[in-house]
Amino acid sequence: MAERSFAKEVESLRLGEGEEFHGEGILAVTKALLQSGVAYVGGYQGAPISHLMDVLADAEGILNELGVHFESSASEATAAAMLSASINYPLRGAVTWKSTVGTNVASDALANLASSGVKGGALIILGEDYGEGASIMQERTHAFAMKSQMWLLDPRPHLPTIVRAVEQAFELSEASNTPVMLMLRIRACHVYGHFKTRDNRRPSFSAADALAAPARDYSRIILPPSTYAQEREKIEIRLPAAQRFVAERGLNEIIDAEAGDIGIVMQGGLFNNTLRALELLDCADTFGTSRVPLYLLNVTYPLVPEEWVRFCSGKRAVLIVEEGQPEFIEQSANQILRQNDVGACIVGKAVLPMFGEYSVDALRLGVGRFIEQWAPQLRAGNAPARAAVSAVSAAKLAALVPPRPSGLCTGCPERPFFAAMKILQKEVGALHISADIGCHSFATLPPFNMGNSIMGYGLGAAGASAFGTDGGKRAVSIMGDGGFWHNGLTSGIGNAVFNKHDDLTVIIDNGYSAATGGQDIPSSRAPDPHRQGNNTIIDAVKGVGVKWVRRTHTYDMRGTLKLLREALKTPVRGPKVIVADGECQLNRQRRERPLMRKAIAGGERVVRERFGVDPDTCTGDHSCIRLSGCPSLTVKDNPDPLRSDPVVHVDNSCVGCGVCGEVADAAVLCPSFYRAELVYNPSAWDRLMARIRAAVIGTLQRRSERNRLRYAL
Amino acid sequence: MSERPINLTIAALGGQGGGVLADWLIEIAEAEDYLVQSTSVPGVAQRTGATIYYLEFFPRAAALRAGREPVMALMPVAGDVDCVLASELAEAGRAIQRGLVTPNRTTLIASSHRAYTIGEKSAMGQGAVDTEQLTELIRSRAKRLVLFDMEETAERNQSVISSVLLGALCGSGVLPFRRQTFEEAIKTSGIAVKANLAAFEDARQRSQRGDSGFTGKAAPKLSAEVPIHARTKALQPLLDRVRRLPAAAQPVVLEGVRRVIDYQDPAYAKLFLERVESIAALENRVPDSGSNALIEATARSLALWMTFEDTIRVADLKTRASRFVRVREEIRADPGQLFGITEFMKPRVEEIAGTLPAGLGSWLLDSPRLCGWLGRFTGGRQIRTGTIIGFLMLHALGGCKRWRRATLRFREENARIEAWLGRIVDLAEQHYSLAVELARAQRLVKGYGETHERGWRNFQSIVGQLDLLATRSDGAVWLSRLHEAALADEEGRALQRELGLLHGVT
Repeated sequence: MAERSFAKEVESLRLGEGEEFHGEGILAVTKALLQSGVAYVGGYQGAPISHLMDVLADAEGILNELGVHFESSASEATAAAMLSASINYPLRGAVTWKSTVGTNVASDALANLASSGVKGGALIILGEDYGEGASIMQERTHAFAMKSQMWLLDPRPHLPTIVRAVEQAFELSEASNTPVMLMLRIRACHVYGHFKTRDNRRPSFSAADALAAPARDYSRIILPPSTYAQEREKIEIRLPAAQRFVAERGLNEIIDAEAGDIGIVMQGGLFNNTLRALELLDCADTFGTSRVPLYLLNVTYPLVPEEWVRFCSGKRAVLIVEEGQPEFIEQSANQILRQNDVGACIVGKAVLPMFGEYSVDALRLGVGRFIEQWAPQLRAGNAPARAAVSAVSAAKLAALVPPRPSGLCTGCPERPFFAAMKILQKEVGALHISADIGCHSFATLPPFNMGNSIMGYGLGAAGASAFGTDGGKRAVSIMGDGGFWHNGLTSGIGNAVFNKHDDLTVIIDNGYSAATGGQDIPSSRAPDPHRQGNNTIIDAVKGVGVKWVRRTHTYDMRGTLKLLREALKTPVRGPKVIVADGECQLNRQRRERPLMRKAIAGGERVVRERFGVDPDTCTGDHSCIRLSGCPSLTVKDNPDPLRSDPVVHVDNSCVGCGVCGEVADAAVLCPSFYRAELVYNPSAWDRLMARIRAAVIGTLQRRSERNRLRYAL
Repeated sequence: MSERPINLTIAALGGQGGGVLADWLIEIAEAEDYLVQSTSVPGVAQRTGATIYYLEFFPRAAALRAGREPVMALMPVAGDVDCVLASELAEAGRAIQRGLVTPNRTTLIASSHRAYTIGEKSAMGQGAVDTEQLTELIRSRAKRLVLFDMEETAERNQSVISSVLLGALCGSGVLPFRRQTFEEAIKTSGIAVKANLAAFEDARQRSQRGDSGFTGKAAPKLSAEVPIHARTKALQPLLDRVRRLPAAAQPVVLEGVRRVIDYQDPAYAKLFLERVESIAALENRVPDSGSNALIEATARSLALWMTFEDTIRVADLKTRASRFVRVREEIRADPGQLFGITEFMKPRVEEIAGTLPAGLGSWLLDSPRLCGWLGRFTGGRQIRTGTIIGFLMLHALGGCKRWRRATLRFREENARIEAWLGRIVDLAEQHYSLAVELARAQRLVKGYGETHERGWRNFQSIVGQLDLLATRSDGAVWLSRLHEAALADEEGRALQRELGLLHGVT
């Protein structure tokens, strides 16, 4: 079950004609899909589009009513391949994932899909994970659109525009027989806004219709000679059709204004922030009326040359606001204008950053430079631009504001595993660790600082391939259960078996695709009527031929350490696999907390554990924090008047997972940790024992106290 | 110029409820007939990292008048933010770092508590940033500041920090919305309504009272008052001896005497005082001392070293009545609620031998076979201190302090203390500041097991430099650098580097 429940949001998917939807951008997209008569939806979760998957997973009822097929695809490649249903049939389909990582995974299927062309509208919704808050390498989806001839929509981050873009994307796809990508930046996915809804539409053609009368057209298969014909079709038929559709339906927006001899072209997604920059430069008002003409590209690929010529003619200079690199639009614009003999000077990355997110601050600076150079009269005579902020010295701030990297959650089952790895490396020296994508990626950050490379989701084991054969120390790969099912089973484990790697892969089995929001995966254990879970990783690993497979519970640190030592030393050749088991604490707490609360309220005897540290025995070395890094394990001022180093302190968020005890034990730390067992609704026996204990212990304690008082100074 | 939106940023930590707060604000704004846009970049920051939410509010009436909706930005802009809510002190600093708090515009509503970052927490000594300076910075940047400990307010009301922030925001009057509308949002959320409303109201009133005057300055831990009369008559001579020392040193020496008595007995305190007095006499003879730095540093370190944490001490502290009371508070047990305590003890052969009489202990440690055999029984021990058997075990061990002077560990530590004091005495006249630094370096020897061994190793390697340092006028500076380097990393890399520099320079 996903981290967030969308029961409330699901209801807003039912809104009909003329009602008002309020919510997040990505949920508006979900509603727009239903309004567009989509027949099937797939995808792979990942920020910032996880909520689209989550809300559909919670919307089983409404999807059934509409006859929409939804599935959580095994990977982005699976999702992209699913779109093949739109090749032969007038079925509208949509898939979603995080880009560019997901697009990389999907691009085999996407390239073939783009070559075949589609009959039914095929829409790919991409969460462009770029800029602040991104968790992946920084690239542009734009390149995929160009290389495969797919169209790319980058609508204004404004819910009505986004919704319209979804609806138009299907039409565009059908009008040009081409799959269409719609990208939303991180903030646009999470933007809260509102739009007027329309009724949901049942798909006019269903999968059952297709199965009843399968259609086949050899020209749609990607084998020669069709592929040659398809390439020609892309350029001669589909591209002009798309450009015509974009122009005729006015998907892009041209806004004229007073300063007619300059202009600004921008990706639609950057509209709001660019407008704010213009406003701060006193070149626009709050309502988006700009004194500089604007050309908004809600479709960033393909470009429509006639529109460019129309917008740029008679202008001395045009600024292109295009985020990321390379500057594909700027290059194309130069080409279009030269070929059409339009003299406007194209300014882009010359005044704006070549790379990195276009924050309003960056835009204010870049647009300001452009206006300063080409239209200084817009600034003269007007109120001066709002005063720049007086800066505090950066060095001073850096010393006072410590970086706060992400880390594993309180009680995370992966923590004891990485603590064990830390202890192991103290014994055997540093190891080469091929890391992977998932919550466990955080082990590359403090306090664990381990992992030499990350090659992609599920590619931890594959990333250690070059170290797979003879050599002194064995390489260690880390893989999460999410990555394992995504592709790691074949790309990593199967490959290691086949190539006789002599290394160790640890599969962290927390039961969910935890980093993306706790979605279920094939090995998830909770029963779900719509899916078959409980497919164990151990069986799968054995199935592809691994002989040395062990399972450990991560909270048993000593057991884990023993297994790790054995895996590195055993004379058994071939890949070694340890499945490190421990349920994601977020999911577990979400399930168990309410149950415990209910049990306590219902008068049942419940014991709740939590940890603590005695400040008078803690000496402030913080080894425990370096080994664990649990957010609930923190420091506070040393109450001892003679000591200055802060003591460790367990705050109230402790979930009593037990790692502190294990760490203290396995690492021979210090005796300051204690575990407290709080008893709710004690039994008569509990109360009797407590009375006896209090009597005996109390007597002894009072005697000691008297002795100490004899020497009070 | 047309009407502009009200811009508000929430700077929070992943998991602190910044999203809940943003949702409340959306609800409130819509109820007040405002257009509202909210965005965030949670991403991986959801997992404990720093995260930002950004909202803009615009009166619907103004939009209707204009016949158009405003275009709202998706991120805060330096110099263009009306209000920043920071759920933690360093996050308030981060908002300033991003330029979001400006003196001509921004109301900053921040909690004065610290949630330490992993970098600060994992330092081997003091790693936290300077709260006093941070607070000073925060105070200097905002147009208006609402600053108080919101974590404490939340806990007092058994609520969460998001309710407190909401209350403080309401009380600050930055948003033109009615109190009832704020309260209504909490009520409709339907979760922990009573507690959240209480926290909201507490914070609302608090923020109306204005600046709490929080400075981030730590309260002095040692009382400057030294009593004239001892609480126990028999100890009056000890107190008199403390009072004959230089006034500046008296508080720390008194604390040391108390600690040493608590650890062992008045006789042991006499030994402590003798040692301190010898340093005091020495300090008098050093012409250029001009202060009591040496006696203060030595007394502090000596008291800590003489009360080294052996198994007896740990058992003693774990079984005290005051500890049971403290645990009850710390774990937030309800009044009268039963609870058990489990200790995690893992004595190694070294600790066992250390607790034995010196002869027996060294004989044990000299015999690898015996050590190996005993090692098999030394795994982790969980002792349930709340049970009679568990308590008696620890109580008995704690009671062994009457034989402590005979234990191997005591002999070892005592010899080390004497050697260290000897070096201080030797150095004091020749190189006073170096002697002071040597006295302070005792801080390195702390902890248990491997931690203690590492500290002792580092301490020794620094002591090994004393002859060289004594020949240099900047010897004290160097020793302090080595001291800090020893606390920079567990592997000793920084210390090695500094030692290399020291020798390279010479």
